[in-house]
Amino acid sequence: MNNTIEPTPSPTTRVAIRLRAVEKTFGKGESAVRALRGVDLEVPIGELTMLVGPSGCGKTTLISILAGLLSRDRGELSVFGQDLGALRRDQLSAWRRENVGFIFQQFNLVPQLTVAENVSVPLVLKGESVSAAVKKAGELLATLGLEGRSKSAPLKLSGGQQQRVAIARALIHEPRLLVCDEPTSALDAELGRRVMTLIRDRSHQRDRAVVVVTHDDRIFHLADTIAHMDDGLIIRSERPTRTTVAGHGPLH
Amino acid sequence: MYRYAIKMLFGDSAKFYGILLGLGFASLLIAQQASIFVGLMSRTFAFVGGVGHIDLWVFDPTQSFVDEPKPLRATALDRVRGVTGVAWAAPIYKGLLVATLPDGRRQVCNVIGIDDDTLAGGPAVIVAGSLSDLRQPDAVMVQVESSQQNMLFPAELAVGAMPAPGQVLDPSLPKRPVQIGDIVELNEHRARVVGLVKCAETFSPGPTVYTVYSRAITYAPPSRRMMSAVLVSAAEGVNPDALAQRIRDETGLESMNPWDYSMRTLGYWMRETGIPINFGIAIALGFFVGVAIAGQMFYNFTLDNLRYFGAFKAMGASSRTLLGMVALQALVAGVLGLGLGLGAVSAFGLNAAGGKLAFKMLWQIPLIAAGAVLIICIFASVVSMWKVLRLDPADVFKGA
Repeated sequence: MNNTIEPTPSPTTRVAIRLRAVEKTFGKGESAVRALRGVDLEVPIGELTMLVGPSGCGKTTLISILAGLLSRDRGELSVFGQDLGALRRDQLSAWRRENVGFIFQQFNLVPQLTVAENVSVPLVLKGESVSAAVKKAGELLATLGLEGRSKSAPLKLSGGQQQRVAIARALIHEPRLLVCDEPTSALDAELGRRVMTLIRDRSHQRDRAVVVVTHDDRIFHLADTIAHMDDGLIIRSERPTRTTVAGHGPLH
Repeated sequence: MYRYAIKMLFGDSAKFYGILLGLGFASLLIAQQASIFVGLMSRTFAFVGGVGHIDLWVFDPTQSFVDEPKPLRATALDRVRGVTGVAWAAPIYKGLLVATLPDGRRQVCNVIGIDDDTLAGGPAVIVAGSLSDLRQPDAVMVQVESSQQNMLFPAELAVGAMPAPGQVLDPSLPKRPVQIGDIVELNEHRARVVGLVKCAETFSPGPTVYTVYSRAITYAPPSRRMMSAVLVSAAEGVNPDALAQRIRDETGLESMNPWDYSMRTLGYWMRETGIPINFGIAIALGFFVGVAIAGQMFYNFTLDNLRYFGAFKAMGASSRTLLGMVALQALVAGVLGLGLGLGAVSAFGLNAAGGKLAFKMLWQIPLIAAGAVLIICIFASVVSMWKVLRLDPADVFKGA
């Protein structure tokens, strides 16, 4: 079987991700849990969209589906024009390699690898040689203020530095979609703001989109769109204003 | 990614060394026990192999192994010599006799009596003296390694001297190794050491003592049947196996080439004793210890790294890549563990060489150990691979 994917069609609209009535249920019978109950969402190209809502409302399931990590049960999903449901598992892996960057809540930096090697992983997965990938990783790390840290062990870095390494790893292969899970939960306010500024700058580049799951109301003002979730549904989608951000109330 | 897989393996030093020690210990136990087993079993027929330059052994048809005392009548020698195709045939005596040392200590010896005329069946290496010296009165040659441990003489006693009548030597006094000229009693007969020899360690206890056949049978308790076997050399152009068949047909005695006789002896010890089972249990234990320690450690190593494999999977690593990483980690650990174990066994073997410990590492033994380690690695990695295959990449968002 051919694992290559047809080139993603150029978007005819300004929408990076489009979900229509997406449903996802875990388990069967009485123990079944309906994680998503018909989600409609559009993530515009060049914008940063935040998913907010209480724990268990379906945020993680939603980003897993739109990043191609989880299949949906029903509904329509296209990411940069690609219907992810039409791809086989190996094609999905290849699609993620090319198009998605991940920033995990726990960073998931491999402690046995150096900082640069951790950052180089997406390039190596795409087939680049380790030496070339590590070189590029070093250059990217320098732009993120981590020059001289390429050969360090990740666990010797501070939480903020580790998060920047994780960001570098998510960006090094220049993915079109950046998916971030609680990227500031382990950071203090100042570091969190700097990290989110980096991510937001990324989202505003042409032909890119960023989706961030967060509980951190200190960073809401950096979103272009905030999608509120509850009980497996997007209950409201809005452009943040000074009032909504300052008051926090509407966001919870 | 395979390079990173190796770094991940080496980087977790505690688990890596645990896996290495588990596999090393398993291969050590398997190879060492197998080598000792082979060494021990080789001794059962070492005497047969040690007698060179002959084509056939002729012995009692009911004899199961070379050390089994089922002697032949003296007439057997002439009957064998009468078979067409026999170039020459020589008698050999093999039996256990008690030697009495000057200080009164008694030592069981493996006495070999070789043909007086041809001296066929003599020792492989003569360290001191000459084989023809055996033709001197009361002459014996003793095995140098074993006699230096078991046939020690009082240091105060001059070479060739015997205690005066009524003189009692204290057995606790310092000792010296046996030397040419020393006198011992073999089954209450005087025997004078005329040479020191080297020969293969056998299953029989005590030092080996060579003498000529006619003298050996005077040392042995009298019996109508004294000849342990007949050594045969086939005439030029005669097929030894065909000759063996002819000897069987014409004399009613059993006749085999040295290899078959060795295997007959080995087969007896394998069938009739618990030695293979006991060593088999030890080897199996080594294997299961390897599975338990290395398998468990490797599985734990994979579990510890599961979140990283999950992250790789999320980033687009294919299942084939991840399985390849796990397999490579198992293979590298296996090769290094095997090397460690075999290295230790080789050092053990070198240390044991020439000593009392039976040790013989055939080329098949490292292969068997490698096969066992490979099975351990496959077992460990398959369990780990299953975990990686079932890994849901979406789990990386669950903060596990």
